[in-house]
Amino acid sequence: MSNLVGADRESDQAALRAIIEVHRAMPGAMLPLLHAIQGQMGWVPAEVVPLISDALNVSRAEVQGVLDFYHDFRRAPAGRHVLQICRAESCQAMGSYRLEAQARDILGINFHQTTPDGALTLEPVYCLGNCACSPAIRIDDAIYGRMDPATLDALIGDLRDAQAPA
Amino acid sequence: MTRTASPRVLVPIDSSALSVGAERVAQAITREADRRGLSIDLVRNGSRGLFWLEPLVEVETPAGRIAYGPVLPPDVPDLFDAGFLSGRPHRLGHGLSDHIPYLAGQERLTFARMGLTDPLSLNDYRANGGFAGLDRAMSMSGEELIREVTDAGLRGRGGAAFPTGVKWATVRQAEGRRKYVVCNADEGDSGTFSDRMLMEGDPYCLIEGMTIAALAVGATAGYIYTRSEYPHACRTLAVAIDRAREAGYLGADVLGSGRAFDLEVRMGAGAYICGEETSLLESLEGKPGLVRFKPPLPAVAGLFGQPTVINNVISLATVPIILARGAAFYRDYGVGRSHGTLPFQLAGNIRHGGLVEKAFGLTLAALLYDYGGGSANGRPIRAVQVGGPLGAYVPESQFEVPLDYETYSRMGAMIGHGGIVAFDDTVDMARMARYAMEFCALESCGKCTPCRIGSRRGVEVIDRIIADQERAANLALLESLCDTLEYGSLCALGGMAPYPVRSALRHFPQDFGVETPVLF
Ligand SMILES: Cc1cc2nc3c(=O)[nH]c(=O)nc-3n(C[C@H](O)[C@H](O)[C@H](O)COP(=O)(O)O)c2cc1C
Ligand code: SF4
Ligand code: FES
Repeated sequence: MSNLVGADRESDQAALRAIIEVHRAMPGAMLPLLHAIQGQMGWVPAEVVPLISDALNVSRAEVQGVLDFYHDFRRAPAGRHVLQICRAESCQAMGSYRLEAQARDILGINFHQTTPDGALTLEPVYCLGNCACSPAIRIDDAIYGRMDPATLDALIGDLRDAQAPA
Repeated sequence: MTRTASPRVLVPIDSSALSVGAERVAQAITREADRRGLSIDLVRNGSRGLFWLEPLVEVETPAGRIAYGPVLPPDVPDLFDAGFLSGRPHRLGHGLSDHIPYLAGQERLTFARMGLTDPLSLNDYRANGGFAGLDRAMSMSGEELIREVTDAGLRGRGGAAFPTGVKWATVRQAEGRRKYVVCNADEGDSGTFSDRMLMEGDPYCLIEGMTIAALAVGATAGYIYTRSEYPHACRTLAVAIDRAREAGYLGADVLGSGRAFDLEVRMGAGAYICGEETSLLESLEGKPGLVRFKPPLPAVAGLFGQPTVINNVISLATVPIILARGAAFYRDYGVGRSHGTLPFQLAGNIRHGGLVEKAFGLTLAALLYDYGGGSANGRPIRAVQVGGPLGAYVPESQFEVPLDYETYSRMGAMIGHGGIVAFDDTVDMARMARYAMEFCALESCGKCTPCRIGSRRGVEVIDRIIADQERAANLALLESLCDTLEYGSLCALGGMAPYPVRSALRHFPQDFGVETPVLF
């Protein structure tokens, strides 16, 4: 496991081993384990598939099947921040498609893409449970309601200016 | 808690309130009190569900709580100047919270404590009727508990409205090494947020309901499966479970009864289909969320092949009040075979979005206009999607139909989880129909062809109808596609995706470029 892309630092590898150790005995450990790995590394590198397969005693194909099925798991690193725009009905009723268009325009990218400077990944999301305050967006773990173009503009500006974490 | 002279100020910690600035308001209040050398007791409560007033700040006075909202940080010094700490009037003031018509008109049973307590305080929970149901349940047999829930007429609030007591009885009778109680907290329907509110604002109520379910069926382990879109609910539940365990409500010996029941929160990974119960169980087992064939029912062979109760958050969180007040009390609410109350959720283009818990039988008109105050922008409300992305679009001509399970199902609609999404007269219903198919294609688990392929075809066909390419032929094609989906799908994702499509065509044909209603 010396060639773990994205996990080449000693500390990452140690963390990865620790995460697997903590989770391997859990019933139905797969999702909690993948969430923990993504929480630590920001994505799920292909190189962890055999490790998980060994630890949970399932085939590599099964691990891959789970990674492929769920929208959440990233097979490539995301930007430093993730901007999700809610596309579901309640937010549509409040004009969310205008926010979508605006984000695409300002950032020059589509959904599921990352800005070239690595600042930001743009994603669709289907309901944040914030429908009484539609339209809603999420930036990393923070949800914002009653979003309007001016605020979105300002939030995106802040994210692009933010320095990469050390 | 000892009475202090410091006024009690409440600012919600609900994620919708936070999404519109409640955290910054709480900080501004603390800062302003410090600056003025005033001591206050700032409590972070759940939301009272009046989301258009969030951030809603309440102050406790001898007469009751006084409400101010929506409060933004710059309003805070002004509120202090006006004397809000003693409940004095202010331009953002609404008087006594309980007298606000939106709240005063509700029948809050499941949500009785919502917004009244610090969600993680066991003392608050107990002081507001919490654990009364469990206390009573401890002295009852499993059969008695199930009879109580059955007699109350409780039906599943996750969408299918199956009688909860009947499901529990099957699990109780089933043989298994170990039995499970699984809470379906995957609330993926647009326009719904009652599960989220309850988990964030009254988590012990869900824990209490699940514990009663476990006692009823003889389960020893439970899982709450919620969505990754709900990080705040996940964190709140995890803390609540730890505290409940420390206090003896969970663990190897629940309240000294010698019976074991423990709970864990699990997080999904962005798949709508995992709200379908068998897909959810697959996911909990660590697999892709492919829907299972039934039989066997989860009640007989569910999680890890063992007998499993799987219920929605609201179904489970309604059990404590049924036990505390008795089956007859709960059953008396509602109409026909729809007993009790439903926490309706008003969303979309609506002036007063929020949570309205009412007995079944009221009309959409009452919800949209009396509670909702009409559309957010003052335009006419043209269409309302009831029951999530698989629910029908209801036109104004049907706004007076009473909301109960049977009546709605007779008109080709469903109440589902109680989500109500209003659209004004600028909505393009062909676009909404297209979205319904797009969503189905995006979220299909892929197990059956009609759903996996048919939904993609559906998008293409609607695109051609919109573009006026062989419109008549494509309308006929759409109709037959809807039939294929409805009758050839394994689960309701494919099976009901035609509902929004057909209702849009039936009630809003002009949006598809046809004059007369399409007989669908
Ligand atoms: C596509 C699909 C999505 C569903 N999503 C949910 C959901 O998010 N929450 C839920 O409680 N039930 C959902 N259900 C219904 C569940 O399959 C099941 O009926 C429910 O969990 C049973 O609990 P209840 O009897 O308490 O309602 C969904 C069903 C389908 C077909
Ligand atoms: S209808 Fe769709 S979601 Fe349901 S089982 Fe079939 S493919 Fe899966
Ligand atoms: S639809 Fe956007 S938050 Fe629910």
